[in-house]
Amino acid sequence: MSAADTVISVKDVSKTFLLPHERAMSIKNVFTELPFLRRSKNKESQQALKDISFEVKRGEFFGIVGRNGSGKSTLLKILATIYQPTEGSIELKGRVVPFIELGVGFNPELTGKENVYLNGAMLGFTKKEVDNLYPNIVEFAELEKFMDQKLKNYSSGMQVRLAFSLATRAQADILLVDEVLAVGDADFQRKCFDYFRTLKKNNKTVVFVSHDMNAVREYCDRAILIEKSRILVRGKTSNVATAYTRLFTDTKYGKKATNTRWGNKSVVINRPSAEEVKEKIIIKAQITAKKRVNKPVIGFAFKNATGNTIVGSNTKLLSKDLYGIGDMQPGDTKTVIFEMDNIFNDGSYTVDLAVTDSDGITVYDWWEDSCQTQIFKEIKTPYIVNPDIEFRYKDKDAK
Amino acid sequence: MKQLKDRYRYSIILLRQLVKTDFKLRYQGSALGYIWSLLRPFLLFVTLYFVFTIFIRLGKGVPHYPVYLLVGIILWNYFAEVTGGSIGAIVGRGDLIRKINFPKYVIILSGSASALINLSLNAVVVAIFMVFNHMSVNLSDLYILPLILELTILSIAVAFLLSTLYVRFRDVNYIWEVIMQAAFYATPILYPVSEISNKSLKVAKALMLNPMAQIIQDIRHVLVTPSSTTISEIFGNEWIRLVPIGISILILILSSIYFRKRSKSFAEEA
Repeated sequence: MSAADTVISVKDVSKTFLLPHERAMSIKNVFTELPFLRRSKNKESQQALKDISFEVKRGEFFGIVGRNGSGKSTLLKILATIYQPTEGSIELKGRVVPFIELGVGFNPELTGKENVYLNGAMLGFTKKEVDNLYPNIVEFAELEKFMDQKLKNYSSGMQVRLAFSLATRAQADILLVDEVLAVGDADFQRKCFDYFRTLKKNNKTVVFVSHDMNAVREYCDRAILIEKSRILVRGKTSNVATAYTRLFTDTKYGKKATNTRWGNKSVVINRPSAEEVKEKIIIKAQITAKKRVNKPVIGFAFKNATGNTIVGSNTKLLSKDLYGIGDMQPGDTKTVIFEMDNIFNDGSYTVDLAVTDSDGITVYDWWEDSCQTQIFKEIKTPYIVNPDIEFRYKDKDAK
Repeated sequence: MKQLKDRYRYSIILLRQLVKTDFKLRYQGSALGYIWSLLRPFLLFVTLYFVFTIFIRLGKGVPHYPVYLLVGIILWNYFAEVTGGSIGAIVGRGDLIRKINFPKYVIILSGSASALINLSLNAVVVAIFMVFNHMSVNLSDLYILPLILELTILSIAVAFLLSTLYVRFRDVNYIWEVIMQAAFYATPILYPVSEISNKSLKVAKALMLNPMAQIIQDIRHVLVTPSSTTISEIFGNEWIRLVPIGISILILILSSIYFRKRSKSFAEEA
């Protein structure tokens, strides 16, 4: 690609926010505090971005990832020319439309229709242009019956639908998309991602900020990882996404075992562990009975970094005769091992462990996030699991 | 011309829409709605008529004194609406400013455009009273248009300054309130200029250099009565009018430079 295809060029951008102790200064302060004293006292600055440089070519899907507070949203606002960089420069070619938030300028006291025209103006549409787009917008938002009602009577879902419907009509060369687009119900998310696919097809340039590595892997051609105001990793999306995941699996940042634990302690769990051994995940724990218990059941839940359970099972379900690990006498200790194929995507996982009576009603010991493990492998898909998949094919005529 | 239109395309679209919204929202929920825009100056006139022609006879020598007074107060209110409304305008639109980049001056212009619409409605009421008072309404009244322009320039200039200052100094609205109260009496609105010039010509000269005084007296001179003392009569010089006009333009230049410079950081501070 030639230099002419560069549509966004960011050169050595730094951004420092000055944080006065009192945000709204009053004139009284000006008189009571001498200017040179005030400066030294109030000059608390926060470096949000440091030496950021990158270029984006026409038609690229460019990802910006980073943890909360890393500075990625500030960078997006600088790209949207909402903030001015303290140092360095940015250059943008073409019409930029920022989707920092949907429905900018929406007024609850106006009707849906009036808001379409208002928000349309914010996006740069003339009245005539909105007139032409209006039926389309309403249809896409599925709000035909509600357009003459005031926006304050809309549900939040209806508002988002209307705003998104409008936003997708914006004629932009460069779109800056914050992760806000990824909120909403499943149906809405599908619409969002359909829209992304259309953008990609139409060769639009998109800068995409997200925490969702699956979405980043799927849509972005290149990405940068921002950590502590600087670019930590840049380049191939898969590398950046892996590095991002690693940030969280680094135990310093990772979710600590919280030790939320309850139960009557007739049986207790000791030494829980989870690890990756030769393409298997092995979850291990010792249980010790304090009282006599009949056929206790030990179970686990394997959860990803967002807390969703990916798999789970217990000794009752897994044993054919429902006998499980048998009865236990006071003082008995058994080591229980669960072993499963490592079909999981990269990331940090935690394990809930529990021992209950055979009916699952009386809890002996329930231990949330009892242990955790990290998984790294050079996976090629952005999805939650990646089991072995084989494929075959046949020629049309073959029988 | 086309180039100029393209450059300001976004500003024009936004300005139009913001003014429209403002106007829609203004009388929303009130039974009489837009009629209030006409009713307010009308009721004001009735009050002024009773107070100043029957009880307090301030403008004894002035012909059509109630209309004379109404014109002065309407012009003053226009100035007060634009400037007072502008103070919190930037801060009030903070949520917008933090989410999308748009020319910030549009906020100030839309506020003053709404006030200008109000002024035109008020002008209709004035015209009605002029007819009822058997005063001549003719083409030469259009001389007020450049004067309204001057008033608008002055108002917007002050609005730029106040709205920018308020982002950093939240005392501005209280200070401006006090200034406006003092300025109301320092401007010959209730009393004829002759009351001052009879006592001290120097004070009258100083008062008339205030652009508001010059504008109000000139507009009265055109619309109501030639006995409205203008700045050129006080100084005995036609060219002296350029001083308050110059002051207005100078404030506009300085305050727009200041506004422009500071508007870049509105997103962080407002």
